[in-house]
Amino acid sequence: MNALVPLVVLIPLLGAALALILGRRPALQRIVTVLVLAAVLVVGVILLIVVDTGEPLVVEVGGWAAPYGIVLIVDRLAALMVVVSAAVLLAVLVFSVGQGLADGHDETPVSIYYPTYLILATGVFNAFIAGDLFNLYVGFEILLVSSYVLITLGGTQARIRAGVTYIVVSLVSSMFFLASIAMIYGAVGTVNIAQISTRMAEIPADVQILLHVMLLVGFSIKAAVFPLSFWLPDSYPTAPAPVTAVFAGLLTKVGVYSIIRTETVIFPGPELNPALMVVALLTMVVGVLGAVAQADIKRLLSFTLVSHIGFMILGVSLGSAEGTAAAIYYIVHHIVVQTTLFLATGLIERQGGSTSINKLGGLLAASPVIAILFFIPALNLGGIPPFSGFIGKLALFEASAAQGSVLAYILIGAGALVSLLTLYALVRVWNLAFWRGADEVEGYQSELLTNLSEAPHGVKVKKSRTTPRLMIASTGAMVALGVALTVFAGPLYSIASRAGENLEGPSFYVDIVFPNGVPEIGSEGSE
Amino acid sequence: MSVSLVLLIVMAVLYACGIYLMLERSMTRVLLGFLLVGNATNLLIIIMAGQSGVAPIVEDGVTVDEMTDPLPQALILTAIVITFAVSAFLLALIYRSWRIEQDDDVDDDEDDVAMRLGDTGVPVEQTDAASVDTEFGIRAEAAITEARNLEEQDELAAAEAAGLSEHPQNDDKQNVDNQKTEKGAAE
Repeated sequence: MNALVPLVVLIPLLGAALALILGRRPALQRIVTVLVLAAVLVVGVILLIVVDTGEPLVVEVGGWAAPYGIVLIVDRLAALMVVVSAAVLLAVLVFSVGQGLADGHDETPVSIYYPTYLILATGVFNAFIAGDLFNLYVGFEILLVSSYVLITLGGTQARIRAGVTYIVVSLVSSMFFLASIAMIYGAVGTVNIAQISTRMAEIPADVQILLHVMLLVGFSIKAAVFPLSFWLPDSYPTAPAPVTAVFAGLLTKVGVYSIIRTETVIFPGPELNPALMVVALLTMVVGVLGAVAQADIKRLLSFTLVSHIGFMILGVSLGSAEGTAAAIYYIVHHIVVQTTLFLATGLIERQGGSTSINKLGGLLAASPVIAILFFIPALNLGGIPPFSGFIGKLALFEASAAQGSVLAYILIGAGALVSLLTLYALVRVWNLAFWRGADEVEGYQSELLTNLSEAPHGVKVKKSRTTPRLMIASTGAMVALGVALTVFAGPLYSIASRAGENLEGPSFYVDIVFPNGVPEIGSEGSE
Repeated sequence: MSVSLVLLIVMAVLYACGIYLMLERSMTRVLLGFLLVGNATNLLIIIMAGQSGVAPIVEDGVTVDEMTDPLPQALILTAIVITFAVSAFLLALIYRSWRIEQDDDVDDDEDDVAMRLGDTGVPVEQTDAASVDTEFGIRAEAAITEARNLEEQDELAAAEAAGLSEHPQNDDKQNVDNQKTEKGAAE
């Protein structure tokens, strides 16, 4: 079964090369790309079953033993993330194939879109299975560089402006990450995560805090944790709809995933947990207040994205197995739901010719299907029972209550408030874009629209009467997946809680990398 | 672990200059700043490798203590390659930005400005010129119609130069170069 582990990275990487070669044959290129991601999904599901029923898989690349060579590790958390990411990437890919076919890319195809998309997938998967801090950095760089290309796709003025913000911020976060890798290497003489974990205990506490904060700052920029989240609502909305969807769903979650690894394996101590709780509180509240003030649906969703990152950080900051398990379930829920909402917004944009709720109206009559496809994930994100958003938030609140500090109870209150405000923002979109008639848009006066401001030169999209079946189908599949998170919440949550238990303290992770104890040779590297 | 003071000072200066440049609005300066910060980080990795020594090749008479730590060098090589790729991409982006707007400054976000000014009016309709679709392939040409036409400019310059001096072939060569890069950008 170990042979399957590198395939998760190799299949999309080789697929990208093949897709690039097939640049002049768009039909073939699309088929290859879809097949590649479907294959990764299958491998991911097999890995999840194997890992959940048996032992975690560890691959020593090139046969070099653990602290010297690079290790790839698939434990329950990594396998779960690979499966969810592969499913979401596949759905968004089908969506963009549908959009491309409908908009006539056959004449002017962007031949680099599909290869770049696959390389993005490679980076995401590589980051999930990396057992080595530097390999994690490389995974991040792979996904970031391809995301630079995707966010500036087409090179319009608006996208370059937004792209530059995104690129510069990402570069800074990468430099933080690389510098902290260098300093960690200087301190403990290794970049293997399991070995760092065992050696870090011997480092003076003040040095530990410094390294810990450096690493967290790098990851927090990527995960869009307040106050390092300012770049996200500026840059995401201008990209093409499928690109925004996959960025919103996956890229920030890779940052959150790295924060989980940092907090549970590298620095398992509770020193920074109160600080993380405060940061989680601010992320939730500030994010959702931004969302309430937005008129543009894409920007609104970007702000809710920031706000809900706060929930995941809350789960991590509790420092308990229950908290981590709840955070893992919430990540899975949020990847699916946030992506679905952005895809549905892509459909709204096609149907209504805009993403501003000032200008949209009458969509319920025009397209009841889109209305349903938006309404279900909107309720889901807002945390209405019985959807997965409710289950995730309930689990987080229970874990917080179990921890029992004053701060934890404040966070429960804030979390409930944030859910209501999210619901308010999304229901307002529903009311204005779907519920009000198309004839009411001119001169519409409402409390809902006061204090909303937006750019005078909003993005204009050509209205189109028809919405391709493929786009509807893939969005529908994502909605179904979101509902399935509720239907199969039992088994899913038990996987998440087993993953959470594995992550309670670093010993499980260290043992799977070094089953025969941590080797002591080679420690002279830095002394 | 002993550290070379010179390397440390160079690293600090590179970081300081690099961060200063990255805070500028001009994208070219941001690129230069990024290069400096990237190199400063590479120096940091070298510093973290500790005492330098002989090449890390196992042979008779050389003990482990005399060798340089080889791993940081491998890390730096990877980091250099990544920095190189990102710089190439940034250069392409700067060129594209200059083709569209004739400048490489990063503007404020329109929505943020509207929010700050409290401008709640219904959005003004856009003029055609600003909303030309530049998204794909051939249509990308449409977006840069209002950009400065390089060929025309070169022809003008060539005409002027022809009046003043006797070297028109240089300008012809430049013309060809411009066409080449333009083709590259379109792809």
